[in-house]
Amino acid sequence: MGEWLAEVWRTREILYFLAWRDVKVRYKQAVLGIAWAVIQPLGTMIVFTFFFGKIAGIPSNGVPYRLFSYSGLLLWTYFSITLGQVGNSLIANSGLITKIYFPRLLLPAAAAFGGLLDLVIGSVFLVGLMIYYHVTPGWTVLLTPIFVLQTVLLVMGSGMLLAALNVTYRDVKYAIPFVVQIGLFVTPIIYPLSFFPVRAQGWFALNPMAGIVEGFRSSLLGTPINWNLVGCSWLITLAFVVLGTLHFRTTERVFADIV
Amino acid sequence: MTETITVENLCKRYELGALQHETQLREHLVNFLRAPFRRRHPKEILWALRDVSFKVNEGEVVGIIGRNGAGKSTLLKILSKITFPTSGRVRARGRVASLLEVGTGFHEELTGRENIFLNGSILGMKKREVVAKLDAIVEFSGVERFIDTPIKRYSSGMRLRLGFAVAAHLEPDVLIVDEVLAVGDAAFQKKCLSAMHDLRGGGRTVLFVSHNMAAVENLCSRGIWIANGQLCMDGATHDVIEAYMGSFASAENAGAALTGVDGRRGHGELRYTRVEFLSRSGEPQSVTRAGKGIVIRFHYHAREAAERPNFGFQLLTELGTLVTDSSTWLHGLDIPLVPPGDGHIDLEIDSLNLLPGRYYLNLWLESLLQQHVYDYLENAVHLDIEEAPVYNSSRHIDNRYGIVYFPQRWNLQGIGGGASLEVSPAANG
Repeated sequence: MGEWLAEVWRTREILYFLAWRDVKVRYKQAVLGIAWAVIQPLGTMIVFTFFFGKIAGIPSNGVPYRLFSYSGLLLWTYFSITLGQVGNSLIANSGLITKIYFPRLLLPAAAAFGGLLDLVIGSVFLVGLMIYYHVTPGWTVLLTPIFVLQTVLLVMGSGMLLAALNVTYRDVKYAIPFVVQIGLFVTPIIYPLSFFPVRAQGWFALNPMAGIVEGFRSSLLGTPINWNLVGCSWLITLAFVVLGTLHFRTTERVFADIV
Repeated sequence: MTETITVENLCKRYELGALQHETQLREHLVNFLRAPFRRRHPKEILWALRDVSFKVNEGEVVGIIGRNGAGKSTLLKILSKITFPTSGRVRARGRVASLLEVGTGFHEELTGRENIFLNGSILGMKKREVVAKLDAIVEFSGVERFIDTPIKRYSSGMRLRLGFAVAAHLEPDVLIVDEVLAVGDAAFQKKCLSAMHDLRGGGRTVLFVSHNMAAVENLCSRGIWIANGQLCMDGATHDVIEAYMGSFASAENAGAALTGVDGRRGHGELRYTRVEFLSRSGEPQSVTRAGKGIVIRFHYHAREAAERPNFGFQLLTELGTLVTDSSTWLHGLDIPLVPPGDGHIDLEIDSLNLLPGRYYLNLWLESLLQQHVYDYLENAVHLDIEEAPVYNSSRHIDNRYGIVYFPQRWNLQGIGGGASLEVSPAANG
């Protein structure tokens, strides 16, 4: 295992170039290149604010609905898009896998890190929103990077598992959009966790993104953090990381033969 | 001599069933639910490599040859750590660079310059290395004008040149090259070969898979022949190539019976029965390479005693051009009598300076006494001449360059300028 990680470290420059490649290509021709990073969460936020905030009247814990939904959407957009990219990273790079050697881990990692740029750009708008609504962050804002890190780990862990499975069973990739779509509704993005009775809230512990989104939002906006939920989501995240890494490593040997 | 590459009892197995169709998870689940304990039908097994073992020392240039599908590419893939052995061990010391494809990792939307970095990194060069060699790479590729255009605008030739330019500037300890020289136009192939020559001088260990026998013979000191997944022969390049080419030349090349030939003329008192091609030492020779010696044995049958016969033949190209017409009379030989029965007459050629191709023989037998033809056959037999590095270069020389060649060398000392020129084989091709 140590050797494996050492090898990954030795070839880290390739990781940089692979991520750079994906980012450059995404931003190259599209005039809206940078704007696109904002348009997705922003556009969704506008739609949600209208339909769920105004029409349906869903409460938002004393925070303006726009800020409420956007702060949830930011991490969720990163997760949902990157999960698909990581899950597909091996198939998408089948040409590389069959022709040249480098630790295969670099492919899902490059996909995971490539998406971070969009996240950073999207968070600029988030800061703008906070300024607009005169929301001053407390000391807990320093915890927000932890939740970002957790999202990256979750995406890597579950993505690696999916990517490895996808090489053997090609129809796994069709499950991803489905999971993501369901996930949007079973994660407290549109609504706060408190929208549900305390009895039902326990079920959210099964969804690791629930803890991440709630945790991120709470630490950002200064509302109380649900540590139980956060703790559960960390457990599940780490479980995915372990499971994903193990499965990836076992199947890594045959990637080039069956991709 | 330090060992850089060690291959021990290498075996590689592929299961054909798994590769033939992409397994769908739902298919698997359905099959499983239907009959949880039914055994899967056995998949067809293909042994791509079977118990291959060899060692390569530092600085050796080894050519790996074999028919298509013999397992050469699989061997290279395993050596490059792209795929893993089913059993056995492989070890390579030092920095290994694999060229299994030119332009690996190229992305259409990125410019030439950006792709140089991407490709260089993937091949194992550090970023600062690429930066240092960037100008040299761009110049080598010849696409300087378009270096900042996305490569989707490049022609396939430009893409090849760019890819090869990056690869040519790798400085690995071990280089593994797989038939990348098979693509591209003649100019590109020339460039590749010069670059390979350069690499050879660097003390690098090189493994080179190719179907270009001239290049293999010229660049490699050692040859390994892989057939049906097994190591068939491992030794001096020349010997291995001979054996390899001999294996698929059909036995009939060594000799042909002349009984049922159409359009045969002549009175028949004396007739050719068989033509055999032998080596100078008398062994049947099924493969004749340019520049080699050969013995042509003409078997005949004499119905009755024949006086003063003249044995002769004509050698023609495929297009019917007469290369040479030789006979015993031209050599000043006067055979007084040939007794009835069977016999043979040998023509010993020291060096067949013919360029590769197929040549046909017309055979004739006449009497010097009267204008009397005993036997005449057109296109009786064919002789295939195979490639050889006749000018000691790796250049691909075939019958576009003529019919014959002469032992020769160029003397460049008269080139003006006074100081002696250091011209290496790697000069721009």
